[in-house]
Amino acid sequence: MRRIRLGFRGVAVGLILTGGFLAAGALPAPAQTGEVVIYSARHYGQEPAFEAFTKKTGIQIKILNGSTGEMFERLRAEGDRTPADVLLTVDAGNLWNAARAGLLQKVDSPELQANLPAHLRDPEMRWVGTIMYNTKKVTPAELSTYEALGDPKWKGRLCLRTSGYIYNQSLIATLTRRHGEAHAEAIVRGWSQNQPTIINSDTKILEAIAAGQCDVGLTNHYYLARLVAKDPAFPVAPFWANQQTTGTHVNVSGAGVTAHAKNRANALKLLEFLSSPEAQQMFADVGFEYPANPQAAVNPIVARWGRFKQDDINIAAAGEFQAAATRLADRAGYK
Amino acid sequence: MPRAPRPARAGWWTPAALAIACPVAVPVLSVALSLATPRGEIWSHLWLTQLPELVVNTLALVAGVGVGAVVLGTALAWLCVHHRFPGRGLFEWALVLPLAAPGYVFAFTFLGMFDYAGPVQTWLRGRLGHGFRLADPGAYASVVAVMTLAFYPYVYLLARAAFLEQGAATLETARALGRSSWEAFYEVTLPLARPSIVAGGALAMMEALADFGTVATFGYRSLTEAVYRVWHGMFDRAAATQIAALLLLFALGLLALERSLRGRARFTQSRRRGPGVAPVALAGGRALAATVACALVLLVAFLVPVGQLVVWAVQTGGPERIGAALVEHLGVTILLGGVTAGMTCALGLALAYARRLSPSRPVRLATRLAAMGYAVPGAVIAVGVLLPLAWIDHALDALAWAMLARPLPLLLTGTAAGLLFAYVVRFLAVGFQTLDASLGTVSPHLDEASRSLGASSGAVLRRVHLPLLRRGLLTALALVFVETIKELPATLLLRPLGVTTLAVDIWTRTSESLWAEAALPGLAIVITGLLPVVITMRASGLATPPGT
Repeated sequence: MRRIRLGFRGVAVGLILTGGFLAAGALPAPAQTGEVVIYSARHYGQEPAFEAFTKKTGIQIKILNGSTGEMFERLRAEGDRTPADVLLTVDAGNLWNAARAGLLQKVDSPELQANLPAHLRDPEMRWVGTIMYNTKKVTPAELSTYEALGDPKWKGRLCLRTSGYIYNQSLIATLTRRHGEAHAEAIVRGWSQNQPTIINSDTKILEAIAAGQCDVGLTNHYYLARLVAKDPAFPVAPFWANQQTTGTHVNVSGAGVTAHAKNRANALKLLEFLSSPEAQQMFADVGFEYPANPQAAVNPIVARWGRFKQDDINIAAAGEFQAAATRLADRAGYK
Repeated sequence: MPRAPRPARAGWWTPAALAIACPVAVPVLSVALSLATPRGEIWSHLWLTQLPELVVNTLALVAGVGVGAVVLGTALAWLCVHHRFPGRGLFEWALVLPLAAPGYVFAFTFLGMFDYAGPVQTWLRGRLGHGFRLADPGAYASVVAVMTLAFYPYVYLLARAAFLEQGAATLETARALGRSSWEAFYEVTLPLARPSIVAGGALAMMEALADFGTVATFGYRSLTEAVYRVWHGMFDRAAATQIAALLLLFALGLLALERSLRGRARFTQSRRRGPGVAPVALAGGRALAATVACALVLLVAFLVPVGQLVVWAVQTGGPERIGAALVEHLGVTILLGGVTAGMTCALGLALAYARRLSPSRPVRLATRLAAMGYAVPGAVIAVGVLLPLAWIDHALDALAWAMLARPLPLLLTGTAAGLLFAYVVRFLAVGFQTLDASLGTVSPHLDEASRSLGASSGAVLRRVHLPLLRRGLLTALALVFVETIKELPATLLLRPLGVTTLAVDIWTRTSESLWAEAALPGLAIVITGLLPVVITMRASGLATPPGT
């Protein structure tokens, strides 16, 4: 008998707890005056800059991390009731899609204009997605372009992430914009005919190249910088692709003020701060990214790899070709 | 004068069941209804490029994991309940432990250890020469192996509980009739435990259907992977939802399969009388084989991944990194898990009981739909939750403007209420399946007898079923708790601002390839999951459950 009552009371306590929790959750959060709320699809290396901003201005920052697609859905569903003031996201295509979906508002300030070059108006930080090679097994002379990775000599020697990976989609999108869909598909078919080993992490691709599982691969440069920072003898080096032709593929992460920001003024202040030499230097130091503000210096580890010609294609506009890129990768058999 | 027996009516249980099941079914329905306006171009593209492959891959995955989990889970449960061998006391509860390790944690530790650049192969190359390569088992074998090891505990837990519930009488009769231990198992024990084994297998298969983390880690192309590819790559959530609707069809098929496998053979027992089954003592080589088999499973499914987490945690700085943030994430995780477990099991019990009282068509349909959320990829069901919640919020806001001329904050979207609702939608199946299977082993004669003595349906549940269901209820609570603390996609999308769970913390790090940094929260989640699992095992009686 005792057991029976205990069991039932347990359920009742659970329900009461639930009720209390529901009530607590439903209560509106006390509005901090001036607080900037960020929805962020970028989760690395920005904390020092945010802390510096709060220290400098006294404006508190609240961050909700998430992945891009889901973040967009939440922002859209919340609509004009959203608590978010700033959307911070990686990949130019994502930024383009957010803007097109009406999730961001146009901002303009003299400071942003002064801090950032014209072709990088929203974006705050940059990185390079390029060819990585094993320094003991490959000489730079063997490498040339992204397109040439389809050469049969790389058969079985190539490591790639899946075609579902956003940065590869962006790379293929720029190829599509430049060469047209049919030609881009032929390039990607070349890659997939080399039977690349699919490894779904940049760091793991670099480790695989170092260990000799494959000889070349495509990754973002800052993953290599992290590994080299830990082990200066790490036997992988970047090859700046397409130097004789279109330039190396550059991607960005950037922030925008949301369409229904409650705190537009402070959000703008945050963007201005993020584009300042001070904050850009932090991004360069912590995350090994290339600062978008030319007044900030590149991290020494990255600087050692030298200067290179960038692909000057309008990377944000490549967002328009992202869906086509995904489809042609499917057709080309690139997993 | 004795009262006339009341007719066995379901009373208010039917409307209550509908009131619970219908809102829970809304997100699932919204996914299903997306098929009403098909995105033709995406479907024809998929059909031309990969759909047949994806469907075959998905079916093969689900079948492989189902067979693997059922065979492994049942064999281990049978070994531990019905036999005596060295280490059995330890294995009996330790074999549930893999349940506490989230699949995504398991996948990345597994890969970190066994891939080409990992320590195992590097060591082998050092020994056997640089040209040495471990044969690549391929994505399919890897994914099935990892998921089998991660999900067999569902079957193990339920099968074990069912074996323990069985009285010694039936089995001993079989043995007295000259059946060997194996024959008695096959002819008596197994058929009696079938509903529980099938329920466990269905849970494992639904997990496999909805999983994204493991397939993504190993680059295995399933329909779930296609959902994300279309959503994030083609920015077409509508089409992604439609692919998820296809997954729903698969899940419906699974449930139908489960019902039919459980189906005709309905075995019920009154409360086990007399002592439990006396285990057969294994000797010599057989005992050794049993010990080695259990140890091997435990090693690969639990000790190796957790060992890797410990090594990483120490490498990245160890105890001094256990800061206020980790403690806070732990607290949030436990609170959400506890509340969800209580809520989901209460609702699941109500549904299972209503179904028992009146298995009418509307109740059956509603419970079936409400239990489907488990088989849909988490992110898709999360959007299915988000959209109606946001709609209600906006409607309430408009109402507040009209009546009070002031705005309302978002009451459901991005609040604890919305998140808890999403958890219920996602995990009702776990609570419901477990309790429904438990309830199924209780003889309807007990209900009839109690009702004829004048007890109300509520009183029968409280005074007859709950004591009998104690084990099932504890199991259900532990399962839902563990599922909730591991849950990622819905938590990411729907959590309130400033609320971070351990799973979210792990994800923010692993999404940046910082696995070693995810080790500490990873360990925290494993330990948090261990406690309820172990407590349940203890409370539900170990080798020899207390006699009556």
